[in-house]
Amino acid sequence: MSLARSVPLASTVAPIRRRLLLPARSWMVIAAVVVSLIALLPLGFIVWTTFETGWATASALVFRPRVGDLLANSLLLIVLAVPIAAALALTLAWLTVRSDLPGGRMWAWLLVAPLAVPAFVQSYAWVSLVPSLQGLFGGVLVSVLAYFPFLYLPLFATLRRLDPALEDSAASLGIGPWKIFLRVTLPQLRLAICGGALLVGLHLLSEYGLYAMIRFDTFTTAIVDQFQSTFDGPAGTMLAVVLVACCLGLLGLENIARGEERYARVGSGAPRRAAPVRLGRLALPCLILPALTVLLALGVPFLTIGRWLAAGGTRVLDLNEILPALWQTLLLALAGGLLTMAAALPVAWLAVRDQGPLPRLLESCGYVVGSLPSVVVALAVVSVTARVLFPLYQTLFTILAAYAIMFLPRAIIGLRASLAQVPVELEQAAASLGKSPARALWATTVRLSAPGAAAGMTLASLGILNELTATQMLAPNGTRTLAMGFWSYSSELDYAAAAPYALIMIVISLPLTWLLFLQSRRLADR
Amino acid sequence: MSFLQVTGLCKSYGAVTALDGIDLSVPLVSRTAIVGPSGCGKTTLLRLIAGFEAPDSGRITLNGERLVDEVQAVPAHQRGIGVVMQDGALFPHLSIADNIGFGLTRNEPDRGRRIADLAYTVGLDASILRRRPHQLSGGQQQRVALARAMARKPSLMLLDEPFSALDMGLRTSMREAVAELLESAGMTTILVTHDQAEALSFADQVAVMRDGRFSQVGTPRELYFHPSDTMVAQFLGDAILLPARLSRGMADCAIGQVSVAGVDHRDSARIMLRPEQIVLEPVSAAEATASAAVPAVAYGEVKKSEFAGAYCTVSLRLLNMPDAPAAAIGATPLVLRRPSVEELAPGSFVRIRILGKAHIIA
Repeated sequence: MSLARSVPLASTVAPIRRRLLLPARSWMVIAAVVVSLIALLPLGFIVWTTFETGWATASALVFRPRVGDLLANSLLLIVLAVPIAAALALTLAWLTVRSDLPGGRMWAWLLVAPLAVPAFVQSYAWVSLVPSLQGLFGGVLVSVLAYFPFLYLPLFATLRRLDPALEDSAASLGIGPWKIFLRVTLPQLRLAICGGALLVGLHLLSEYGLYAMIRFDTFTTAIVDQFQSTFDGPAGTMLAVVLVACCLGLLGLENIARGEERYARVGSGAPRRAAPVRLGRLALPCLILPALTVLLALGVPFLTIGRWLAAGGTRVLDLNEILPALWQTLLLALAGGLLTMAAALPVAWLAVRDQGPLPRLLESCGYVVGSLPSVVVALAVVSVTARVLFPLYQTLFTILAAYAIMFLPRAIIGLRASLAQVPVELEQAAASLGKSPARALWATTVRLSAPGAAAGMTLASLGILNELTATQMLAPNGTRTLAMGFWSYSSELDYAAAAPYALIMIVISLPLTWLLFLQSRRLADR
Repeated sequence: MSFLQVTGLCKSYGAVTALDGIDLSVPLVSRTAIVGPSGCGKTTLLRLIAGFEAPDSGRITLNGERLVDEVQAVPAHQRGIGVVMQDGALFPHLSIADNIGFGLTRNEPDRGRRIADLAYTVGLDASILRRRPHQLSGGQQQRVALARAMARKPSLMLLDEPFSALDMGLRTSMREAVAELLESAGMTTILVTHDQAEALSFADQVAVMRDGRFSQVGTPRELYFHPSDTMVAQFLGDAILLPARLSRGMADCAIGQVSVAGVDHRDSARIMLRPEQIVLEPVSAAEATASAAVPAVAYGEVKKSEFAGAYCTVSLRLLNMPDAPAAAIGATPLVLRRPSVEELAPGSFVRIRILGKAHIIA
């Protein structure tokens, strides 16, 4: 009797459920696929032009001494700068998290703050301080100072989160302090080091302004030079092919280096805070390292900018020129940030809520696209709009789309992390309380992941704010952002006129980096 | 002869005093349990013995050797003391085999064999040796942590609530297995726990800790039946505390006469009984109502009986109150947990009998 009654009930319930749930999900899937396809455009462009160029021309353009020189330069830069930055960041992170270094919290913030200084401003500061600085040595020095926070930040967060019980266990097993660091602490930091090193490596490959300023040739500077002389020639595109290969190589290397292992804490309960290591008489010598780093990475830019501002006086403070640049920059950063976040939402949501093969494929697409240098993205977008979608050529929409492609991975990471924190049960509870799927999503998941979304948007906006390469190549006529203004003056060697632009970029970025720092600390303390 | 000797140990974190003068003596190849509510300082004590932290003052000696005093301390990795932590603290980046072998030197002969032996000893299947910690259940993780700590054959093993993350059934069997294992390995063990049943069943010596001090140290039986104060009495199990009048080795209280240790005469005292000491014998209504004349035996009427499976919670109204001190609590019913098979229905009458002796608390 009860069986007979329950059967028709079940069959009437099922279609209703399907009707309610399918549209929301399928819209998300469609949106995510469209976003991923657009994001894959640069890669598709590279493959397509390679085919179009043909093997003979392509190999002639790739296998020549010039490419060999550029390759050697780029590889030397990575091989030298990444390990130095990693060692520096690791030492600094250990000192600021695990020791009783005087002013530890202040140092931690000061060591993240160089993120607010765009790399090309860093380079400008050094060149105008030491005009003879150039070549590999200059490149390595400025790169380390500009990019070590990318390694410091994850190391700082991971070290704080690390359960000291592991180190205690190792000590109770008769292992000395140095060996504990090597055998227990360092392996736990592997993911942070690998991820940070990859980020730094990709930045080294894709940065233009920094190396152009100190006259150190890399693939990116060569591509931009080529673009400025011949616009969209096969020579530039073939250089881009090699550059993309380098980036994908780094990506693969990092994938191998970080391995398949899981480093999450096993067990439950709050980890105990590690007791800080007493430096004792070593405290003063240990202070030298963070002090020197901050002096070189923050002091030098501020000093140089201050000096040029003082030297330029009122001549350089042309508000009629600076204010429009400021508005344009803020507008681009805000609109680009919003567009990026909107594009990231379906991909991130799908990645968290749907464990199928499609989300994983979309995610790895994003991962690969994220490694593409902005110069390649810009080159692809310029060529495609110029040849195929001419109405969109050099429009506001095009540059925003390029920004979205470039900064999509940053936005996805933040959004994903906070979406994952929201259990799907909350959404289901809201549904059981009579909310439609869309409203349930809005009332629970979207609300709760808002901080992560905001952080992701902040990251994207920060990137756009200081973006130079792609902006220069894509901006509609008449656009002049802060970075462009800075660059045109400093290329004319009018360092004084460039100074106010540099200062404004740093001042806008500082609070954003502060937010970033707070967020990474909060994640660590969770 | 004491193997581990702790003297006058003090430790505070800022304004919070975690340990306030701890003295403890642990004999060779014994099991000591330190039990107390959370935040009483028991884990701090363990960490000081292990050497993870240094005390503000006090001494610790192990086997006659000074581990720490006001001047210097042997670092944790040179103490040779094994530790199993609350959630195992397995190294997530190493396989189970490498976790167990972590304390062994890399080129030790028979390293693989030793690891397999240790895994076997703690009851782990050899097939899991190649797995990772996160692939193991909570109970298996604890076994790995134990095997890892045993690998270096420490003479002293510290267990920091190692069973608290496990579910009830597993907890009991793990506890028994670990106790047996450590005893057969000839290791002296200190267990820290907040679970009194665990402490009483595991140890030869139990120390009850409160606010950074030991309230009482002794054998489990001693502590259970002769607690030094009400807190210890109630912490170690259900306790019935009654005012009583003492004379000639007997105590008169609300539920009749019971023998007590000691011969002093006191008009006002407090005695403690464990609920298991009380036996309820069903009697007829007539016998119960006639009982007022017999002050040495108490009778009661069942007012309420709540069934909860194996046990019933029974509320008794006492019928005859021998004298003044008892009258003070006479109005409050006596609440006892009884086996359900006794079938004490509301409205029935019982005679209250007391087994063993009562313990004078104050």
